[in-house]
Amino acid sequence: MRLDKKIATRQSYGEAIKDLGKENENIIVLDADLSTATKTEIFAKEYPNRFFDMGISEQDMISTAAGFATCGKIPYASTFAVFAAGRAYDQIRNSVCYPNLNVKICATHAGITVGPDGATHQMLEDIAMMRTLPNLKVFSPSDDVQTRFIIKEISKINGPCYVRLARTATPVIYDENEQFELGKAKQIGKGEDGTIFATGVCVAEALKAKEILEKKGVFVRVVDIYTIKPIDKETIIRCAKETNKIITIEDHSIYGGLGSAICEVLSEEYPKKVTRLGINDTFGKSGNAEELMKYFKIDAEAIVKNFGM
Amino acid sequence: MKVTKIEALEKIANEIRIDIIKTVYNAGSGHPGGSLSCADILTVLYFNQMNINPQEPKAEGRDRFVLSKGHCCPALYSTLAKRGYFKEDILQTFRKIDSNLQGHPDMNKVPGVDMTTGSLGQGLSIANGMAISSKMDSMGYRVYCLLGDGEIQEGQVWEAAMTSSKYKLDNLCVIVDNNNLQIDGDIQSVKGLNKIEQKFESFGFNVISIDGNNIEQIIDGFDRAKMTKGMPTAIIAKTIKGKGVSFMENNVAWHGKAPKEDEYKLAISELEK
Repeated sequence: MRLDKKIATRQSYGEAIKDLGKENENIIVLDADLSTATKTEIFAKEYPNRFFDMGISEQDMISTAAGFATCGKIPYASTFAVFAAGRAYDQIRNSVCYPNLNVKICATHAGITVGPDGATHQMLEDIAMMRTLPNLKVFSPSDDVQTRFIIKEISKINGPCYVRLARTATPVIYDENEQFELGKAKQIGKGEDGTIFATGVCVAEALKAKEILEKKGVFVRVVDIYTIKPIDKETIIRCAKETNKIITIEDHSIYGGLGSAICEVLSEEYPKKVTRLGINDTFGKSGNAEELMKYFKIDAEAIVKNFGM
Repeated sequence: MKVTKIEALEKIANEIRIDIIKTVYNAGSGHPGGSLSCADILTVLYFNQMNINPQEPKAEGRDRFVLSKGHCCPALYSTLAKRGYFKEDILQTFRKIDSNLQGHPDMNKVPGVDMTTGSLGQGLSIANGMAISSKMDSMGYRVYCLLGDGEIQEGQVWEAAMTSSKYKLDNLCVIVDNNNLQIDGDIQSVKGLNKIEQKFESFGFNVISIDGNNIEQIIDGFDRAKMTKGMPTAIIAKTIKGKGVSFMENNVAWHGKAPKEDEYKLAISELEK
């Protein structure tokens, strides 16, 4: 673990898509007037003829990407998560997922960790909406290394994908040579006192909590769920069997997100009490990312408290 | 197989109209009004204009067609069957549980359908993506997109219109099936479009106005669109909803319902005259 270095996963995306553009000339990128924030500008500077700024027209962007995909292009379409999954939901559903087209939606600025922009820009429902769509694969990477892996790997899948990325810089968790596999979760540690299922920016918080708890004699494992759909049932069930307490944590509504997905698996396969940490049926608010994670109780401290420490 | 004789094309369009009535009647539901209004346009596209080969429905260099008003697929299905993409007897499975002919067109189920549509307002964006691809790859194929007039109340159409213009898509031709009716009544009373021609002009389109039920004028419109360079074309086609069946013409009640047996027989007898 290299928790001392911090990079925002949107930055990792921008750099990864530029690298991918060199390897595969069918890769094109669309943005909706947010390329400086989503970091697709990095690709745009390198490959201006394969970059399409659609203006402030997210619905047009998603359907245009679908049109490109029917002609063999591999479009990566980016905007903030609230405007992708929210505003363009019907386009994602009907233009992309139903015809099963090869469109990659890379949505940045997910969750309350968007920070000062406040509630209108803090997408807390995208995992819930995206994972109900047939054909769509949903990813929520936790750090720089994993994001780069996912951005490259999804180009090899012929079908729609949604990648949830963050605005705020978060610790680099993994070594450069760490191995991942789409559809699998990453278990960190073998503690049997509890499992913390975490995704996205909350994985680093879960790891901090794990260290704090160890010092207090409580040994937990963290499971980084970077593929929300299809979810790694095997790892979830095994960890539920091997550990006592189960906690989920996410920068997303407690409804329909990671916590719900874990509960769906366990209620059918291995019923067990699950505590869900997330945004509890409320909109976000302005503040910096760190303050907001504390305020909404999706940080290491909240996890530690849930272990009664 | 390019059909050039006007009478021959009119005959095909009439056969498509008979199919529309039969398929909607057999399905017990569907959208006859808007299908009948665009039958001439589809006939000209598939039998006179588009560079296509029914034996190779996925050929990279083919011209593309996006039926943005997807509910009018009875017209498209019949056109594709007549053009040889699939057997005509399949038409009578329309909307049935085991049929590939869904209530709105599915590109993964029907040969010749270039894009899945149904939710209004999305087709022009999709057509733009295709038209830009054609230019990027120097393929030279053209892209046609048929919009309903009620459909252009969807804001996305105008987002897309700006995109067509920005990328100077002279290989793109939009057709508005301007029959003046939508489900809740006549368009001007539901939500007026005002001047459609000027709208497209101000969005950077070459605009051509035609009688969309006149084969000769439709051919001329598409020919002029092909000669236009540096900008997309919008053909505003004045049509009659329910065209060809006297009691369906200009009657909004026939937007989305199937004829009963006596109505069916009457409609067929009128079309077979």
